[in-house]
Amino acid sequence: MLDWITGIAAWELLALEPPGWGGVLLKGLAVSLQVAVGGYILGFLIGIGGATGKLYGGPILRDVLDVYTTLVRAVPELVLILLLYYAGTDALNKIMILMGAERTDISGLAAGIFVIGVVQGAYQTEVLRGAFKAVPYGQIEAARAYGMSSLQVLRRITLPGMLPHAVPGLANLWLIATKDTALLAVVGVSELTLVTRQAGGTTKSYFLFFMAAGLLYLMVTLLSNVVIRRVERHARRGMPAVR
Amino acid sequence: MEPELRSWREPHRLVLLAIAIGIVVFAATTMRWDWLPRYSGKLVTGVGTTLWLLFLTSVLGFLLAVPLGLAQAAGPFWLSGPARAFCTVIRGTPLLLQLWLLYYGLGSLFAYWPEIRQSWAWPYLRSAWPYGVLALTMSFAGYEGEVMRGAFAGVPKGELEAARAYGMSPFTAFRRIWLPRAIHRALPTLAGETVLQLKATPLVATITVVDVYAIISRVRQDTFLTYEPLLLLALIYMILTGVLVVAFRWLEARVPVQS
Repeated sequence: MLDWITGIAAWELLALEPPGWGGVLLKGLAVSLQVAVGGYILGFLIGIGGATGKLYGGPILRDVLDVYTTLVRAVPELVLILLLYYAGTDALNKIMILMGAERTDISGLAAGIFVIGVVQGAYQTEVLRGAFKAVPYGQIEAARAYGMSSLQVLRRITLPGMLPHAVPGLANLWLIATKDTALLAVVGVSELTLVTRQAGGTTKSYFLFFMAAGLLYLMVTLLSNVVIRRVERHARRGMPAVR
Repeated sequence: MEPELRSWREPHRLVLLAIAIGIVVFAATTMRWDWLPRYSGKLVTGVGTTLWLLFLTSVLGFLLAVPLGLAQAAGPFWLSGPARAFCTVIRGTPLLLQLWLLYYGLGSLFAYWPEIRQSWAWPYLRSAWPYGVLALTMSFAGYEGEVMRGAFAGVPKGELEAARAYGMSPFTAFRRIWLPRAIHRALPTLAGETVLQLKATPLVATITVVDVYAIISRVRQDTFLTYEPLLLLALIYMILTGVLVVAFRWLEARVPVQS
């Protein structure tokens, strides 16, 4: 019984300096956040391209994009991560060799960002497409009639108009991105979940470390929620309240 | 969904179809598939395990989501508080972490209790299956509990007042009006949640539950092939997702919707 309590409450294991594993955990969290931010931004770029392609592209582009979003959303993230991780690093190495360069080890960080970005891109394409479509066409026509250029229409009408429709979906995808980074543990990227398991395996205090990591993830989510609420209020200003 | 129904017989689609068939033929002829017959029986069993896990955890999770949603929508603070905290924690942390916390964390804690190690439950507590079921059930309950909260809160008050005016007891009103109306409102989200749940099932392979993902991992270890087993696995999940989507569409068409 006493063993049990000391087993859970071995706080000195969480110390930041080397006998403790706190610093390792925080470094893992930093990697997780870097992958999440990088993957989210890459996904956003893919999403903008994908949404415009789906709405204004030719028939072939639209079909190809449909295949992309359907495939990514139908296959488990874990399988996609394995496939993209191996295929991505493999392809990059082949290109490097073709260009006469040496085989290099692609950093887990870069590969992780690539993988999360491709997955996020499919979902963000759908969110942004829906948001673009939610802007009434009459407003765009009116802006044209005022003599605005396409870029001005985009900046003054389409983007502000779509933002309130895009923010909830994009916010949700950000939370999913932070949690999807945990899956990279399976391919050996030293993000928070994997280093936590290593810490637990070394010290046998699995429960303590997984609880600590869970708290860190929860803090990321809760802090994100605070920011999201602010952004949402800003994007929705001047619109009727929901519910 | 697209408003215009475009035919697959348009010229560019035929070209795309030809390219897709070309890729499949290329993959079938140039890649190695000789391992397939040896593992086909195991793969079928693995798909069965995946589907059984999906069904079991979705049903259990939904049964848990109803009280979670009800507690948040109408419960006193000492019920709604814990329910809300449960949903926040489940939705705010990765499922993989929850799974490993239960399997490694609880497992390591049990080791401290000799009473548990000698009891009849020990063989079950040592295997991975209960932890996988528990983690997936809690995950489904956390996400769907949030949906049920909105569904319970969204049932018009007038209907409940009308039920009371008919002389129904609170429980009868709940059983006849509130619960069926809330489930009806939550039904459209159920298809999406179930697909998400299917995509979450392969995580249990990381704690040694032998589902279809674990079988494919075994193939990869045995044959040293990287892509072929994973491509087959992606295809299997795509088919399962497609079947689920079609089944739910059929189910939703049978449920009457008010106009």
